[in-house]
Amino acid sequence: MEKNLKNYSKLFKSTFLLSSFTFGGGYVMIPLMKKKFVDELGWLEEEETLNMTAIAQSSPGAMAVNASILVGWRLMGIPGALVAILGTVLPPLMILSVISMFYAAFQDNAIVSAALKGMMAGVCAVIFDVVITMGGKVIKAKKLLPILIMSGAFLGYYLLHVNIVYIILFCGTLGALVSLHDKKTGKEHI
Amino acid sequence: MIYLQLFWSFFQIGLFSFGGGFAAMPLIQSQVVDIHGWLTLTEFTDLITISEMTPGPIAINSATFVGTQIAGLGGALVSTFGCILPSCIIVSLLAWLYEKYKELVVIKGVLAGLRPTVIALIFSAGLSILVLSFWGADGFSWDISSIDYIAVFMFAAGLILLRRFKPNPLFIMLGSGVFGGVCYLLC
Repeated sequence: MEKNLKNYSKLFKSTFLLSSFTFGGGYVMIPLMKKKFVDELGWLEEEETLNMTAIAQSSPGAMAVNASILVGWRLMGIPGALVAILGTVLPPLMILSVISMFYAAFQDNAIVSAALKGMMAGVCAVIFDVVITMGGKVIKAKKLLPILIMSGAFLGYYLLHVNIVYIILFCGTLGALVSLHDKKTGKEHI
Repeated sequence: MIYLQLFWSFFQIGLFSFGGGFAAMPLIQSQVVDIHGWLTLTEFTDLITISEMTPGPIAINSATFVGTQIAGLGGALVSTFGCILPSCIIVSLLAWLYEKYKELVVIKGVLAGLRPTVIALIFSAGLSILVLSFWGADGFSWDISSIDYIAVFMFAAGLILLRRFKPNPLFIMLGSGVFGGVCYLLC
């Protein structure tokens, strides 16, 4: 794609708008990105977005940021990636810095603090809903190792207060070793 | 020095949060509440609530919020930069590996091992918010009279509605804000 100002600003505008209207994180962002860049602008093939999704999901960090790096890079190299990152990061950066500046004043307001206290129970319900859905899938798959990992990670973190980074490193390495072993022996432990 | 601390904390959050959505939440809690004490658990919960109601990833929202609270606009920029830097490096690396091998057995294995881990960690973070919501800042106690019944009712109602009708979570949070807010003001 031609690297001119018009295309850069189009890329910036697209990622900025996508990021401004995506509530609920990366899983919502990716289908919207596909709609924008494949169906609307015709800049990417559908097949490519599938690969990009796989890479964005496999990398650590916010999925929306990962996906926009890949799109920007693929379209217009490193400058494209930087423009896409800027477009994605700017809306939450602006919104949250404004909220953050007023937070101290809000916190002392009786009505706002009552509403925030009420929403605490609501956000708990949302988190537990996600955990039930995701955890249910692991249990239904009836593989012993993932269930053991899930229980072990919970005990280690919540009850024994093991450093979260060690838990992630340990379980990621375990997964890699087991899957390599599985591939050799043709079994499916994980 | 505070800039360096913010950068390093959010770099770790960016580096170790796999799986999108709430995956970053336990890491943010660990860095921001447990290790550095930049936010109280109540403030952290407010942050998660605000993040869910505004667009953008939780990690970026948190980086901006915490950065601004601790060190102003400069802090917000440093934290956000720290948060996205690991993504930039690892995404490029994976994209290159993917071009070369198309199939990444090891990465798939890492993710398979991390999926149940992340669920457990999100559950743990959710549980600490639940304890805060039901029992307040003093934490869990067997004393029944110390339970906040408004919170228990709204949690149960919210969870049932979410499981049954799968509404947009935004409605659950707005609803609990309005309904709970009115109850707390009247009580």
